[in-house]
Amino acid sequence: MSHRYQQIALLVAIALLLVFPLLGDRFYVQFVTRMLIMVVFASSLNLLVGYTGLVSLGHAAFFGIAGYIVALYSPEAHAAGFWSSLALSVGGAALLACLIGLLVLRTSGIFFIMATLAFAEMLFYLFHDTSIAGGSDGIYINERPILTIGGWVPIDLSNFVHFYYLVLAFAAAVILLLRVILQSPFGKVIVGIRVNEHRMRSIGFDTFRYKLVCFVIAGALAGLAGYLSAVQFGVVNPEMLGWHQSGSVLMMVILGGMGTLAGPVIGAFSLMMLEELFQSMTKHWQLLTGVVIVLVALYLPRGLAGLLPARPAGNGELPSAGSSASRSASSNTASTGGAPAGVQDRV
Amino acid sequence: MSETVLETRNLSRHFEGLAAVDGVSLSCRMREVHAVIGPNGAGKSTLVNLLSGDLRPSAGRVFLRGEEVTGFAPPRISHLGVGRSYQKTNVFLPFTVFENCRLAAQSRLGSSMRFFRPARRYRAVSEAAMRAIEQAGLHRQADKPVDTLSHGEQRQVEIAMALATEPSLLLLDEPLAGMGAEESLQIVELLKTLADDHAILLVEHDMDAVFALAGTLTVMVNGAVLESGEPEAVRASRAVQLAYLGDEHHE
Ligand SMILES: Nc1ncnc2c1ncn2[C@@H]1O[C@H](COP(=O)(O)OP(=O)(O)OP(=O)(O)O)[C@@H](O)[C@H]1O
Ligand SMILES: [Mg+2]
Repeated sequence: MSHRYQQIALLVAIALLLVFPLLGDRFYVQFVTRMLIMVVFASSLNLLVGYTGLVSLGHAAFFGIAGYIVALYSPEAHAAGFWSSLALSVGGAALLACLIGLLVLRTSGIFFIMATLAFAEMLFYLFHDTSIAGGSDGIYINERPILTIGGWVPIDLSNFVHFYYLVLAFAAAVILLLRVILQSPFGKVIVGIRVNEHRMRSIGFDTFRYKLVCFVIAGALAGLAGYLSAVQFGVVNPEMLGWHQSGSVLMMVILGGMGTLAGPVIGAFSLMMLEELFQSMTKHWQLLTGVVIVLVALYLPRGLAGLLPARPAGNGELPSAGSSASRSASSNTASTGGAPAGVQDRV
Repeated sequence: MSETVLETRNLSRHFEGLAAVDGVSLSCRMREVHAVIGPNGAGKSTLVNLLSGDLRPSAGRVFLRGEEVTGFAPPRISHLGVGRSYQKTNVFLPFTVFENCRLAAQSRLGSSMRFFRPARRYRAVSEAAMRAIEQAGLHRQADKPVDTLSHGEQRQVEIAMALATEPSLLLLDEPLAGMGAEESLQIVELLKTLADDHAILLVEHDMDAVFALAGTLTVMVNGAVLESGEPEAVRASRAVQLAYLGDEHHE
């Protein structure tokens, strides 16, 4: 029973992540923290690309804006409050996603890709070419936000082990939240939009509203990732919302496997580990990364997650990725493996 | 006489000079099957698209129960109680039959901005979907992905989805096209039953089905109405025999 093995693998992975900081040294703990932040970021993009079928090339705009918000909100000499700075960053990213979404979601296909890219680039140049936040050098967060619950400080954000567990908890919460959302009526609507938006409209769904809400949720979660990233590094610069960042997170989603919850986790971990490995081997590491991406695109249309055995139906995973090629390729597995909700839906 | 559900006045749609639908005025009453026939390219599908909101008219007006709905978008038309099927199968191929109909039924929740409770726990939605599946004769296929079904069965899914939204007006664009004889008979029986509490606008090439079902028959040629009225009277019309039915009689 492959399902059983997968559950075991999942439990082992969770156990490893939980004990890891007790064993690993500072460099590795911080490295895994970075990967977990990218898991949150990639998962948020997967909601758009993998589930709703909206390929965004400007997702770093929401990641970056949240970073800038916490940096600008933090006072020079002392620490900002964790909860207030988090709420502002995530709320700001959601608001920006709402504004950008209202405009870009009126386009589709290649125009949507271009429009998302254009808005993110506008934001990049806004921070790069003006002195609102240190221009191209960026700005520092001198004191990390302080997390208090009624006067008690349970987690010290400048302690790398504490911060690791905080990020791990957020990553797990985001994946669980997405799992719940994808099973809900809203989740069924966005997947319906990916498969056949025209028919969704004709059976009565005003798809624009659902795409907008989805865009806002994805923007808010990207904001959460951006907030955590800014707090980890203690510095924010325009690169954070540049197209490189948008492209890199998109590669994680594609590499890992679109339209599955495991995909972005696998994608974020493997891309960052590969980059680290190649960087230690050669100056031309980007070339090697490129080769790997091309190979995966050619031979694994469902990404690395496609190598996992299919799980039984009704668990929130989709049978197929976003591309039509992989959709038809995987459709015959749908009846045996990861069929979209149906059988279980009738209980 | 029962209530007029659908009415069009001088409805037209041009595609760069071509008048695909040209000044069509017709109506459809509750408990009536209004059949629309005509040769290929007559503008029947375009007419259905104008009624469902898939296309915007170039001129003319559309009324539903006396309210003007000209130019309304498809989701809005759908919520006014109009269900449609497509001539070219237009469903969610990777999903099961049940999920196709469940989604259609879910649109009647009012809003699907519901994020936490699993969709499968909305019992009324699942029940509406199952009713539609049974009506369309697909209960044995309910859990199969649509892309594994035969062409004829996929045509039945088209109808089941339209029914799952619980419409009062059905716009059916060649529902029997591509179905086997047995399935066709089954659907004709279904449409007879549905006609007891629906208004149905039926575009169909199958003349046996048309004459078995239609209370009113409209013949379209080159986008315009050639003849409209009682099926037998229309069949007897000289113009219709020459322009359209004539072809069949000389085969
Ligand atoms: N989107 C479009 N753009 C341009 N021309 C179109 C479009 N849709 C339909 N037409 C043209 O309008 C005319 C009517 O087409 P329509 O599909 O409505 O005919 P029909 O009566 O449904 O034919 P059939 O019996 O083959 O289904 C045809 O000449 C067709 O080529
Ligand atoms: Mg047609």
